Amino acid sequence: MAFIQDFHLRKGLDIRLKGKAEEQKIQLKSNGKYALVPDDFEGVTPKVVVSEGDHVKAGDALFVNKQYPQVRFASPVSGKVTAIERGERRKVLCVRVEADAQQEYVDFGKKEVVTMDGKAVIESLLEAGIFGYINQLPYAVSTNPETMPRAIFVSALRDKPLACDFEYEVKGQEQDFVTGLMALSKIAKTYVGVGKNSTLKSQISNLENVEVNVFNGPCPAGNVGVQVNHVAPVNKGEVVWTIGDPTVVLFIGRLLNTGKLNLTRTIALCGSEVLKPVHADMLVGEELSTLLSNSYDTAHHVRVINGNVLTGRQTSKDGFLGAHSSEITVIPEGDDADEMLGWIMPRFKQFSVNRSYFSWLCGKKEFEADARIKGGERHMIMSGEYDKVLPMDIYAEYLIKAIITGDIDRQEQLGIYEVAPEDFALAEFVDSSKLELQRIVREGLNILRKENA
Amino acid sequence: MSALRNYLNKVKPNFEEGGKLHAFRSLFDGFETFLYVPNDTAKTGVHIHDAIDSKRIMSMVVIALMPAMLFGMYNVGYQNALAAGTLASTSFCEMFIFGFLAVLPKILVSYIVGLGIEFAWAQWKGEEIQEGFLVSGILIPLIVPVNCPLWILAVAVAFAVIIGKEIFGGTGMNIFNPALLCRAFLFFAYPTKMSGDQVWVANESIFGFGNTLPDGFTMATPLGQVGAGTEVTASLNDMILGFIPGSIGETSVIAIALGAILLLWTGIASWKTMLSVFVGGGLMACCFESLGMTSITWYEHLVLGGFCFGAVFMATDPVTSCRTECGKWIYGFIIGAMAVIIRVMNPGYPEGMMLAILLMNMFAPTIDHFVVERNISKRQKRIKN
Repeated sequence: MAFIQDFHLRKGLDIRLKGKAEEQKIQLKSNGKYALVPDDFEGVTPKVVVSEGDHVKAGDALFVNKQYPQVRFASPVSGKVTAIERGERRKVLCVRVEADAQQEYVDFGKKEVVTMDGKAVIESLLEAGIFGYINQLPYAVSTNPETMPRAIFVSALRDKPLACDFEYEVKGQEQDFVTGLMALSKIAKTYVGVGKNSTLKSQISNLENVEVNVFNGPCPAGNVGVQVNHVAPVNKGEVVWTIGDPTVVLFIGRLLNTGKLNLTRTIALCGSEVLKPVHADMLVGEELSTLLSNSYDTAHHVRVINGNVLTGRQTSKDGFLGAHSSEITVIPEGDDADEMLGWIMPRFKQFSVNRSYFSWLCGKKEFEADARIKGGERHMIMSGEYDKVLPMDIYAEYLIKAIITGDIDRQEQLGIYEVAPEDFALAEFVDSSKLELQRIVREGLNILRKENA
Repeated sequence: MSALRNYLNKVKPNFEEGGKLHAFRSLFDGFETFLYVPNDTAKTGVHIHDAIDSKRIMSMVVIALMPAMLFGMYNVGYQNALAAGTLASTSFCEMFIFGFLAVLPKILVSYIVGLGIEFAWAQWKGEEIQEGFLVSGILIPLIVPVNCPLWILAVAVAFAVIIGKEIFGGTGMNIFNPALLCRAFLFFAYPTKMSGDQVWVANESIFGFGNTLPDGFTMATPLGQVGAGTEVTASLNDMILGFIPGSIGETSVIAIALGAILLLWTGIASWKTMLSVFVGGGLMACCFESLGMTSITWYEHLVLGGFCFGAVFMATDPVTSCRTECGKWIYGFIIGAMAVIIRVMNPGYPEGMMLAILLMNMFAPTIDHFVVERNISKRQKRIKN
C-alpha cells in the first residue's frame, strides 16, 4: 500500500441546499441537437475549422485554439454542422451539430498505456480533441502543449453544493479512470485528491508516479487550486496542469482503452425547483431540453444553471451541456420575492453564516436559495470574511484590493498565480459587501496573462 | 403590504434619470432598500448569496448600542436628581423621561446632519447610500457630555462625515473612526464644553421634568477626580452599574456588556480585538499600580471612563482596525496599553481611550503591512528554494 497523505482543512463552508439528486439514473432520449461552446474552455480564442453543412464524425475537430492550433476541440457526435453562431464582434458563441441517427466515430486506435511515453500521450489527446479539457495554473485557463508542467493535479472530490458525486459517476468505469491516470502520470507526476470516504483510493494508490492525497474538510476542499496550494503551491514561472473535473480523466481513459472519443458524463439534475432530482447520462454539448422538459414547474420564474450554484453559468432550456458541468441546477430566480425590512426581520428561511440569522439553529435543515444578491454592493467593510472560507495560505482581501487597483507586482507577491476564480466563489457567497469576486479575479488573471505573454 | 410595493413601483420612474424628482434618487433608493430587500439577482459569479448585507450588520450594531443608550438616558435623569438632592422623591419614569428629553435632541441633530450630508453626497456621486452612518450617528451622541451644545455637535458631525469619511471614499475607505473623529474635533475645538467639571450633569429642567441646578454647579467624573488628584467618590458598584457622571453612553459596564455579547455572538465585532484591548489595558494598569503611579486599582481603570465603550464599539470597527487576524491582537493590545498610559502619565488628559484608538487607527495599516509582508516573504523564499 502506497503512502497516502491526509490533509485536514478547517476553513470552508458546506451550503446545505434543497434538491439533492437521488442515486438513480433516468434514460434520456436525445433530440439530436448538439453544440460545442468555446466559452466552456477558459482562455481559448476559437478558430472554427468547419463550415455549415459539413459532415463530421465524433472526434473530428469543430474549432481549434487560435493561439495553439494543435489544440483541437472535437465534436461529441457525428452529424451535420448546422450553424456557427456568432455574437458581438463576431465572437463564436457555439458550433451546432445535428446528430446522425447512426453514430460514426473516428478511430484513433486502442493504445497500450504502459508502453507509451508522455509525448505520445499528449499526441493522442491532441489528436482526439480533448487536450483542451485540461486546465492549468497560473491563470486558470485551458492549457497548451508547449510548456511542460511541473506536475498534474486531479481532484476527484466534488463537494460544491448539490454536485454530482464523482464516486457515484465512476462506478463501473474504474478501469477507464485508472487508464486515464496512468496516461497522465507519463506526462508528469500526478497528484489525485480524494475525499475521506473515497473507495477509489485503494485502486489508484499503487500506480506509478501517482500520489493520492485525502482532503478532509468542508467545501472548497475539492477545488483543485486549493489542493495544489496544500500539496505544493505554484511559484512564479512554473506551470501545473489541473483537472478540476475528474470526468476528463474518464474521457482520456475511454479514448485510450477503446480508441474512440466518448464524451458521456453523468449529470445531476438538482436544485429546489426540480420536481424529481435524479441523475442522467448525457453527452457534452447535448441540448438541455432533453433533460429539462417536464422537470420543473414552468409557472415559476426559475434560473437554470449549467453547473453548480457557485461557479456555474446561467443558461436556459435551449442551452447545451457545458464541457465541465457535472450538474444542472434549477433554483428560483427570486426577483419577485419582495421581502420586507430584511435588515431587521428574523428571516428564518434564509441561510447565512452570520448568527444574526437563525440558520445556525436549524441543524441539518436544507435551504431553498434564490438568485437574489440580497444587498447592495459596498466597499470592503468587514474583515476576515473571505479568509474563513478560503483554505489557502493567501491574504484574500489584500489580493482582491491589489487586483482592483491594478497593482501587478503586489498581485504577484500576494500569490495570484496560485488562485483560480472558483476558489473565491465561497468568499463571494459570504461577502456582506456583495463584491463580484470571481469576476474581479478573472479580470485580474486575464490582464496578468496578457502582460506576461 | 403589496399596496406599498405597488405604490413604490408606481412612483419609482419619477426618481430615475430624466424623472422630475431625479434630484432625490438617492433618498428614494435609500427608503426603498430600507423597506424591501432588493430584488436584483446575480449577473455574474455565484448564483446564490448569503442573506447578510451591510444593512443587517449596521442594524445589529445599532441594536447592540441600545442598552447603553437607554441606560445613558436614565443615568442623565439620575445624576440630575442626585445633584439636586431630589433622588428620593423622583420616580424612575421621571428620571428616564428627563434623560430621554435631554438626549433625544443630540441623536436627532447627529442623524439629521450626518445623514443629510450622506444623502447629498450619494446623490452627487450617483452612488447608493452607505449605511455606515447609521452606527456613527448613534455613537456620536453617546460619547459626548450631556451638556454639549447642539450647534457645536452639528459642526462636529459635519466635520467627521466630510473630512473623516467622505473625502476618503465613504464607508469602508476611511482611516479614522468617524464617531471618534467627531469627538476629537469637539475635544480640541471646544475643550470647555467637553471636559472639566461643569459639563457632565444636565442642569436645565425640560418641560417640567428634572431640576434646574444652581449656576456654577460642578461635578467631576471619577477619572477627572483621579486626574485632579482628589479622592474618587464613586463606589466600585456604581462604576460597574454606571451611576456615575460621564459621557452619555459610556458609564454602565453592564449595559455595554449586553451589547458586547450581541456583537461577539453575531461575529460582527472581533473577539480578538476586544479581548486584547482589555488585556493590554489591564496589564499596563497593573504595572502602574505596582509602581504606585496611579491612585486607583487596575480593574477600576478598566471599568471607568470610556474604556469599555471604546473597547467594545470603537476599537472593533472593522474598517479602521487591523484586517489581519494576527494584526488584531497587536492592535487591540496597544490600544488598551496606550489608553492607560495617557490617563496616568499625561496630566492634561484624564481620559485616554479616544486618543489611543485614533492613534492606532493611524497605525493599523502599518501593523497589517508587516503581517502581510511575512506571507509575501514566505512566498519569495519558496521560489528561491
